[in-house]
Amino acid sequence: MKKPMAGDFLIYDKTTGAYRADPEQLVRDDVEKHYWRNVVRTVIKDWRLYLMLVPMILVFLFWRYFPMYELLRCFKVDDAVKPVADQYFSGFYNFKLLLGGAGSDQMSLDFWRALRNTFLLSFYGLLFGFPMPIILALFFNEIKSNILRSAYQVMTYLPKFMSTVVMTSLVTMLVKQGSITTEMGIISRMLADIGLITEEVANAGLLNNPGFFRAIYQISGIWEGAGYDSIVYFAAIIAISPTSYEAAQIDGAGKMAQMRYVVLPAILSTIVIMLITRIGSLLSVGYEKVLLLYNTNTYVTADVVSTFSQRFGLENKLTGVASAAEMMGNLVSMLLVIGANTISRKASDVSLY
Amino acid sequence: MKRKLEITELIFKVISYTCLTVFALCCLYPFVYAISASISGREAVEYSRVVLFPQQLQFDAFSRMFNDSMFWNAYTNTLFLTFYGTIWALFFSILGGYALSKKRLLFRRFFNFFLVFTMWFSAGIVPQYLNYLDTRDVFNAMGITDDKWLVVIAMGMAAMNIILLRNAFEGVPSDIEEAAIVDGATEMQVLTKVYIPMSKSTIATVALFFAISRWNGYFWARQMIQNSNEHPLQVFIRLRLEEYTDPEIMAGWNESYASDSVIYALIVCSIVPILVIYPFIQKYFAKGVNVGGVKE
Repeated sequence: MKKPMAGDFLIYDKTTGAYRADPEQLVRDDVEKHYWRNVVRTVIKDWRLYLMLVPMILVFLFWRYFPMYELLRCFKVDDAVKPVADQYFSGFYNFKLLLGGAGSDQMSLDFWRALRNTFLLSFYGLLFGFPMPIILALFFNEIKSNILRSAYQVMTYLPKFMSTVVMTSLVTMLVKQGSITTEMGIISRMLADIGLITEEVANAGLLNNPGFFRAIYQISGIWEGAGYDSIVYFAAIIAISPTSYEAAQIDGAGKMAQMRYVVLPAILSTIVIMLITRIGSLLSVGYEKVLLLYNTNTYVTADVVSTFSQRFGLENKLTGVASAAEMMGNLVSMLLVIGANTISRKASDVSLY
Repeated sequence: MKRKLEITELIFKVISYTCLTVFALCCLYPFVYAISASISGREAVEYSRVVLFPQQLQFDAFSRMFNDSMFWNAYTNTLFLTFYGTIWALFFSILGGYALSKKRLLFRRFFNFFLVFTMWFSAGIVPQYLNYLDTRDVFNAMGITDDKWLVVIAMGMAAMNIILLRNAFEGVPSDIEEAAIVDGATEMQVLTKVYIPMSKSTIATVALFFAISRWNGYFWARQMIQNSNEHPLQVFIRLRLEEYTDPEIMAGWNESYASDSVIYALIVCSIVPILVIYPFIQKYFAKGVNVGGVKE
């Protein structure tokens, strides 16, 4: 293809023997010039509106987009002290290091473990945590007494008002290890008493045992969120008109048939939206909760990508490797979010963004 | 017409009541235990004799907490962060959301994408950390040496909340705005006299979201606030937990109450204020869930 040159916009006029400008180009120039003149004129006329945008744009630029520039460390030679621009370019070396292409070492094994743990924690959350609020909402619907139902609702919402720190502190205390001076936490005590776990395991502290981390993570998640998340399903269920139930009853539908043909269709769209949101955030496991619950003994099952990069970047100062880990996690989660959103738009005309 | 309960219906009702009761009690139990353990005597706590009700009543753990100036300091810091953080984020979110809600805004799609992209792709912890370090240097150079302001200014703006506000503003009928303009209202007056009063409940919900995230904020506060006098409550609780569950530090504990009681007292103290204001914010809480599904 020929490279465009300045002369392309000029036409050789044989009659005068000189070049003149292409009239079409003049029109295009004019439009472009007027376009920007119009833009500037509109902005000046409406300057208050555009001024309102400025602080928001600045905040997002400084603290959401500048970090993305820092993320470029993943392509650079590891050096936490130098700014990104001064670091030497190393291509995909950090990625290779993590994925195991540069010889299988501990770091890549740890990274794969973190990836697997991230997926498993999210997947179990989807499997056990997702249906709980729906079931709760169905149960709430059975309670006809308003006072009793409110009482139950307040009791189940209550854990939602704790911050992550308070929640994890409470969990830590309830299943803590025994020592010479004090006994183990009360929940450990109970579990040991009813024979679910042995005395030694309970005494060593459940949070020090990699076999229990996932269970603790999911159960505390259900404890914290199930009641609160049931609000949205319950709202969909009470919106069902009583005449629907009556019509179903007249047609001879039993309780199960009513569930199947009246309640389920009414909450299906809500379930789909929630499911899609959930899938979209599959990879963004709450790192704060993991960070607050895990310790060196439970890395095997607890270490997720965020905590992995947090440990390597903030504690070991290997910012390049940590950024590469974040980059991979973020890209996958972005694909999941966009994919989930597209499916949602196609399936239910509801777009989350 | 009163219908007889069918057998399946009856079974379902029984199951519902039983499961709900069990679940609700399970939800409640840790709190009850925390309260009981915080006011029980040393032996009762240490040998698991407290199961539901407090034994060997004492209030020394609470008074130790209340006499700790660091505790009050942490509480003040949290209130500071919550108050200023919410105001800062809410103010700019309202302005931004209002501008974005206007159809006449040029490059509207670009600005929307600018926001939404941060929901799809975030840089992650380590780059953000390095960025905050740079920010702190800049702030220090500008004379803001108080790390609390870094947490207030640099953190907490969320694209989701701005989009919620934008959608609420879009829902306001444009006739009212036109009427106001005909009466000679300026842009700012249109916003404060028409739009804000008409989308009060969404603004309250968004303010609540901001306040919750500020109140609960832990990780960045711990990473970025160097001076331990400026730590918010969440960091304070965590540091105390780490200290009090360390057997080596706690070996020399010789108070009349268990060291655990202090942690439980701290937990109780951090939940109570939320429970007190809960009845007033309850409706916004419930509304917040329902505005979660957003359309464009």
